[in-house]
Amino acid sequence: MSSAAGSSWARFGFSRRAQRALREQADAVVSRGEVVLDGAGFGSKAALALEHTWQDKRGIIGWLETNDHKRIGKRFVVTAFLFFCAAGILSAIMRTQLAFPDNDIVGPDLYDQLFTMHGTTMMFVFAVPIMQGMGVYLVPLMVGTRNTAFPRMTACAYWLYLLGGLTLWIGFALNTGADAGWFAYVPLAGPDYGVGKRADVWNNLINLTEAMGLMVAVDLATVILKMRAPGMSLRRMPIFAWSILVTSVMIIFAMPSVMLAANLAQFDRTFGTHFFNPAEGGDVLVWQHLFWFFGHPEVYFIFIPGLGFISTIIPTFARRPLFGHTAIVLSMIATGFLAFGLWVHHMFATNLPEVGKSFFTAMSFMIAIPTAVQIFCWIATLWTGRIHLRVPLLFVLAFFVIFVLGGVTGIMVGAVPFDLQVHDTYFVVAHLHYVLFGGAVFPLFAAFYYWFPKFTGRMLDERLGRWQFWLFFIGFNVTFFPMHLLGLDGMPRRIYTYGAETGWGTLNLLATIGTAIIAVSVVIFIVNFVRSLAKGTLAGDNPWGAPTLEWATHSPPPAFNFVAVPVVASREPLWAREADEPTHVTGLSAQTREGLVTTVLDALPDVRYSYPSPTIWPVVAAVTVVIWLFWSNITPSGMWYGLIPPAIAFTLWYWPTRKETAEQLLLQRRP
Amino acid sequence: MRGQGRSKGRAARVIVACIAMLAVTACQRETRYFEPPTKAVTPPPVRLSQIQPGAIATNTQLAQKYDENAYALSEGQRLFRWYNCNGCHANGGGDKGPALMDKIWIYGSEPAQIYSTIVEGRPNGMPSFGGHIPENEVWELVAYVRSLSGLVSDTAAPNRSDTMQVKKPESNTEPQKPLVAAPSGASERP
Amino acid sequence: MIGGMHDVQVPAGAQAHAIAGVWHWLLPICTFVFVALVIAMLVALWRAPWIRESVAPDLSSLRQSEPEIARAVWAAVIVSTLLLLVLLAVSVFTDRALAQLPLENALHVELTGYQWWWEARYDDPDASRIFTTANELHVPVGRPVIVTLVGADVIHSFWVPSLHGKKDLIPGRTQTISFRADRPGTYRGTCAEYCGYQHAHMVLYVVADAPNDYEQWAQRQRAPAHAPATAEEQRGRDLFLRRSCAMCHAIDGTPAQGQHAPNLTHVASRMTIGAGTLENTASRRAAWILDPQQFKPGANMPAENIPPDELAAINAYLGSLE
Repeated sequence: MSSAAGSSWARFGFSRRAQRALREQADAVVSRGEVVLDGAGFGSKAALALEHTWQDKRGIIGWLETNDHKRIGKRFVVTAFLFFCAAGILSAIMRTQLAFPDNDIVGPDLYDQLFTMHGTTMMFVFAVPIMQGMGVYLVPLMVGTRNTAFPRMTACAYWLYLLGGLTLWIGFALNTGADAGWFAYVPLAGPDYGVGKRADVWNNLINLTEAMGLMVAVDLATVILKMRAPGMSLRRMPIFAWSILVTSVMIIFAMPSVMLAANLAQFDRTFGTHFFNPAEGGDVLVWQHLFWFFGHPEVYFIFIPGLGFISTIIPTFARRPLFGHTAIVLSMIATGFLAFGLWVHHMFATNLPEVGKSFFTAMSFMIAIPTAVQIFCWIATLWTGRIHLRVPLLFVLAFFVIFVLGGVTGIMVGAVPFDLQVHDTYFVVAHLHYVLFGGAVFPLFAAFYYWFPKFTGRMLDERLGRWQFWLFFIGFNVTFFPMHLLGLDGMPRRIYTYGAETGWGTLNLLATIGTAIIAVSVVIFIVNFVRSLAKGTLAGDNPWGAPTLEWATHSPPPAFNFVAVPVVASREPLWAREADEPTHVTGLSAQTREGLVTTVLDALPDVRYSYPSPTIWPVVAAVTVVIWLFWSNITPSGMWYGLIPPAIAFTLWYWPTRKETAEQLLLQRRP
Repeated sequence: MRGQGRSKGRAARVIVACIAMLAVTACQRETRYFEPPTKAVTPPPVRLSQIQPGAIATNTQLAQKYDENAYALSEGQRLFRWYNCNGCHANGGGDKGPALMDKIWIYGSEPAQIYSTIVEGRPNGMPSFGGHIPENEVWELVAYVRSLSGLVSDTAAPNRSDTMQVKKPESNTEPQKPLVAAPSGASERP
Repeated sequence: MIGGMHDVQVPAGAQAHAIAGVWHWLLPICTFVFVALVIAMLVALWRAPWIRESVAPDLSSLRQSEPEIARAVWAAVIVSTLLLLVLLAVSVFTDRALAQLPLENALHVELTGYQWWWEARYDDPDASRIFTTANELHVPVGRPVIVTLVGADVIHSFWVPSLHGKKDLIPGRTQTISFRADRPGTYRGTCAEYCGYQHAHMVLYVVADAPNDYEQWAQRQRAPAHAPATAEEQRGRDLFLRRSCAMCHAIDGTPAQGQHAPNLTHVASRMTIGAGTLENTASRRAAWILDPQQFKPGANMPAENIPPDELAAINAYLGSLE
C-alpha cells in the first residue's frame, strides 16, 4: 500500500524481475543526463523517470522523511481513526457507568477525565484532523496537481498532531488526563481549581493540534487557489475542493482564538498572570468568548468537508451532474461566514445583555438557510437522477435523516428561552451527536467506502458495508434519541451518576444498549477494512464511473499522481469531454520534482514550481516543539531555553542542500 | 547484526525504565486522596523537644506522599485560607505570627515538627488545633506550609490562587533551605 | 429518596410556562420540517429509476436549465425562511415576556454557589429578619422571587426546570434570575454547569408553599438553634463545638460560626443532606458525618475517626435542630 519504489509498478502487473529491470532502466535514463519531460502514457520513459524522481527512500528513513501528500494524508486518516476508536471506548465506559442509577464502576475523578478525554479527542484529535487528512490526500488529485504546495509543512503538521494526541493519551494513562471538560472553562481549569498538571496537558494539546490545523489549512488553501490544473477555473472546481477551501480559510481565522485562550490560561498557571482572575481585574467570561469564537466555527470545520463529500457522492450515484452547483458553492461560503457570528449561543446562560443574545439567536437561525439550500439541491439531484444504490449512497442518505433531525434540534436550542432550559443537559448531547454523526461521521464513512478503491486499489465489501450501515444507523438512534427526552426531564451533562428517584434509569439503559450496537458496527467496519485490504476485489481506475479528476489516474495513484498535468474544460472532466479538447499539458521536468502554478481565477498556467525534497527536519522540528511546550510547563525558564532546539531545527529545515541548488541551476539553464 | 540487536534491546529497556519512572512520579503527583490515607495510621508522638538522638524520626511515608501530591498541596492551600492561618501568618510573610516563607523555622521544618506545632500550639499565640482539624487535613496544611518556602516538589506545588496577588505562586518559589538548628536546640533568630 | 418535579414540559411557574410555550411552537414546526424533508428524500428515491450497474451519466442538465426544479427549490427555501422568521419572533417575544415578570412584593434571596453546595441568604430590609440556609429553598406560591446569583469559586448554574431556565453563577459577575411558583410542590433543581468532582451531587430543592406555610417556615428559620433538650443532645452540642465541626459550620445561637460549609442551624428541617446526596434520616446522617467521602468522594467535608458514642451524640443534637 505504501509508495515504496516499485509498488505502483506492481499494480500494473509487472513481476519482480520486470520491476527490477524497469528500475534499472529508469536509473539509466536519469543518469545519462537526458532532459526528460513528463508526458502521456504509463510505462513510457517519462513515467519511469517520474517514478524515479518522486519515489521515497526505502525503510524507516524514507517513511519518516516523506512529503508525499498521499502517504501523509493516509497517515492522518488512519491515526485519526485510531483515536476515534479510543475515544469511542471511553464513551462506552461512560455509558456503562450511567446505565444504572448510583452505579459505582467509575468514580467521579476518573469519570471527569473520561468525558473530557472523549470530547477533547473527538473534537481536536479525530474530527478536524481526519477531514484535513482526507483533504490532504484528495485535493491535489482532484485539482490535477502532483503534491500539496508546502509538503514539508504538512509533514511537520502530521508529527505535531501525532505527538499532541499521544501526549494527551499518555497523560491520561499516567492519571494526568485533562479533566475540566473539553472546553476547559476557567476557573475550573485555572491555577486555583485545576489541580496538578492535567490542564497543562490540555493546553499543550491545543497548541499542537491547532498549529497542525493552521499549517494544513494554509497548505490546502494554497494548493486550491494556485495549483489547479490548467482550465480548472473556480467555476469548474469540484465542490469538495471548495469545501476544503472554505474550511481552510475558516481555520485560519478561528484557530488563533483558541490558541490564544489556551496560552493565556497557561500563563495564568505557569507564570501567575491574572488574565482570568476577577480579583485582579481579569474576566472569567473572556475565556468563554475566545474559546467559543473558535469553538463554533470548529464544528463547521468538521461539517463543511462532510458537505463536500455528499456533493461529490450524490452526482456519482445519481448519474447526473449536481443540481444547483453554483448555489451550493455560494451556500458553503455563506455558511463559512455566518459560522463566525454564532458563538454566543453557547453562552446564553451568562450575564451578557439579553438583546445581544437575541441577535445570536437570529444568526443561529439564519445559518440554517444555506444548509437548507444545499439539502434541497441534493434532493433535487436524486429526484431527477437514476439511483445506483451502493454503500456510499446509503451513508449519504442517512445524513438526510440524522443531520436534519440534529439541525432542527439546533434551531430549538438556538432560541434563547428554550436554550435556558436545555443548555448543559442531555438534550444538547443528543443534538450535538446528531449533527456531528449526521453531518460528519456518516458522510465520512460514505467517503471511506467511496475512496477506499482510490486509496488502495481494492473495493470494500458491499455486504459487510450494508451490515455496518444498518447497525450503525439503528445503534446511533437507539443511543441518542432517548437523550432528548432525558434532557427535557432535567438530566444535566457531565454527571457521573444519578439517583434512582430521578427516574432517568430506563432511558439511560436504553442508550447504553445502543452504544453496544454502535461498537459492533465499528468492529464490522474494521474487519471489512482489513479483509478488503488483503483480498478485496481489484478496483481499476474508476470503479464508480465518477466525474472528478482523481479517478483519471491509477488506483492507487503512482507517487507522481499524473504522468502529465491534465487540462479540464468542464466541471465533470471525466464525463463531459469533447473530442477536440486537449487532455493534458506536458513540459514539466521528470528529473526533478516540478509542478505547475496557475492563476487564481481562471487557472491559466503561470509559473513552474520546484517542490522541496523529502527531509527529516519536519519530524525533528515537531519533536523539539513538543519538548519545548512540556519544558515550559515544568519551569518558566523552559519557555526560553526550550526555544533553542526548535530554532535550530527550523533553520536547518530551510537550509538548501547541494543537490537542490544544482537542480535549480540546471532548470534555469535549460528550458 | 547481533550487536545491533543488543543495543536495540538496551535502548528498549532504557525507554521502558523512563516510562516507568514517569508513571510513578505522575501517578504520585496526580492521585486524588479522597479517602484519607491516615485513617489506619497512628499519628506520630507529640514531641515537646526539638532535639532527638540520631536522625529526626518522622512519619516519612506520609510526608513524602503529600509533599509530592498536587491534590494534597492544593487542599492545603484552600485550608490555609479557610482556617484563617493567614490571619496571623498573612500569606506567608508573617504578621502577628512568624513568616512561613523564609529560612527560619522556630520549631523545625520537618513535616512531623510542623505537624506538632499545629496540633500542640506554641507559646505567644499559636493556637493548638489538635482535635479541631482532622488529622489528614493537618498533613495537607503541613505540606502546604512547606511549599510556602519552596520545600516541596516543583511540579506538585500549587499555582496561584484566584485571590488578589500577594506573592509569587508557590510553584515559582525559590527553595529556602531551612537554617539548621544549633546543638543547643535553639535555631538562629534575628 | 426525595423526588421532586423536574420536567421541562410540566411547568409549575410563570417563567417555565412561557418557555414551554416556545416549545409548543418549536416542536410542531421543527417536526414538520424534519418529516417533510425525510418524505421528500424517500419520494425522490421512489420516483427515480434504480439501476443495478453503473450507466453513462445523464448530461442533459449541462445543456439546458431545469426551471421547474429551480422553482421548487426556491419555494422550499422561502417556506423554510418564513418558518424560521416565525420561530424567531416567538423566541424574541418570549424573551421579552421572561423579562417582564411582575416583581412587586418580591422575595429576595442571595444564592451563592460553592463546590458543591448552595448557600441561600433570605434578604430583608429589616436586618434582623435576614436568615441563611443551605441546599433547600422555600418560596411562597404566587409571589415573585428575585435570586441574586453569586459564584464563589468556579462557575455553577442554577436550574430548577419546573420554574425557569438556568442562569450561571460566574465568579466576578453577579446576575439575577426571577421566577414565580404558581403551584405548591417540591421542585428539584440541580447545578447545570460542570464544576468539579461532585457536580452530580449539587442538588437544590425548591419547595413552593402556600403563603401561610411559607411564613411559618421563615419564622422557624429566623429563630436561633433549639437549645439541647436531653443530656445526649447537650453532649452532642459540646462535641460539635469541641471537635472540627465548628471550624467550618455555623449554628446560630452557638459559638460555632464557620462560614465555609452549610449553615446547620435548622439542618433537621431539610429533606436531604450533602446537597441532595442522602435522605436526611438519623441513620443516613450518622453515616454521612462519619464518612462523607463514601457517598460524595471529593467533597470538602473530611472523613473523621469519631467514636460511635460521640457520633450518636452529635447526630442526636443535629437531629434536634428543626
